[in-house]
Amino acid sequence: MSLIVDLASWALILAGSFFIMAGAIGMLRLPDVYTRMHSASVIDTMGAGFLFAGLMLQAGFSQVTLKLLFILLLFFFTGPVITHALAQAAMIAKIKPELDEDRRDRPLDANGAAAGEGRQS
Amino acid sequence: MRVISLSVVLYLFWLALSGYFKPFLLIAGLLSTVAVVLVARRMRLLDSEGHPAHLLPAASTYWPWLLWEIIKAGWSVTKAVLRPTLAISPTLTRVVASQRTPAGIVTYANSITLTPGTITTGVKDTVLTVHAFERGGAIDLEEGGMDARVTRFERGA
Repeated sequence: MSLIVDLASWALILAGSFFIMAGAIGMLRLPDVYTRMHSASVIDTMGAGFLFAGLMLQAGFSQVTLKLLFILLLFFFTGPVITHALAQAAMIAKIKPELDEDRRDRPLDANGAAAGEGRQS
Repeated sequence: MRVISLSVVLYLFWLALSGYFKPFLLIAGLLSTVAVVLVARRMRLLDSEGHPAHLLPAASTYWPWLLWEIIKAGWSVTKAVLRPTLAISPTLTRVVASQRTPAGIVTYANSITLTPGTITTGVKDTVLTVHAFERGGAIDLEEGGMDARVTRFERGA
């Protein structure tokens, strides 16, 4: 039984490490600030998530697992706020994203479900 | 009602993190809980936004759904990053948030950012500006699947 838990835990830790590596490679390869942030967000969701899941299995049913869970929740609540702040700061600083397509001017109501009708009221 | 629920949550949080059950620490935790709840009440933080206890049942289905979305999106970004020829298609777009409360819109915007491959770069009223790593990610958001899911979560279902 403990062997199975150990194997699962190591598989998760290795998966987490793989995603952290992939995210780091992405941050080096990608062309600009915005695309690099996408790569970084793989690290702090997938990387940290799998790594912590593996560590929780190592710790077993204990207080340590609970604390790891709280740290992971903290990551998931603060991560997007920080990413958003960075992206908005880059936008305000007028750093031009390298774009394939700019769809910001698309008409918002012509898009069926996405356009919330009557939102203005 | 919210006073009681916040007190219970805070006291359980104290117990879980301390792990000691000596009388002194139990009483210290109780006093801290009461102090925090009193301060929160005086600052008028104890509303549906500051302590959204009513969303707990909805969160129990929303979070697993979001987690699965994160894993799917994370995997596709990872594949795109590791592909020998870098074939990405960064796209900026606008989407409308159909949530009614500010907290709902923030939940939607943060869910977008938390999902790898899409970042909310700006919010104006109910219109979010989104930077997507691949064109498909932008189109998915424009179709409004996640928007509808967050609105359902906001309504507590």
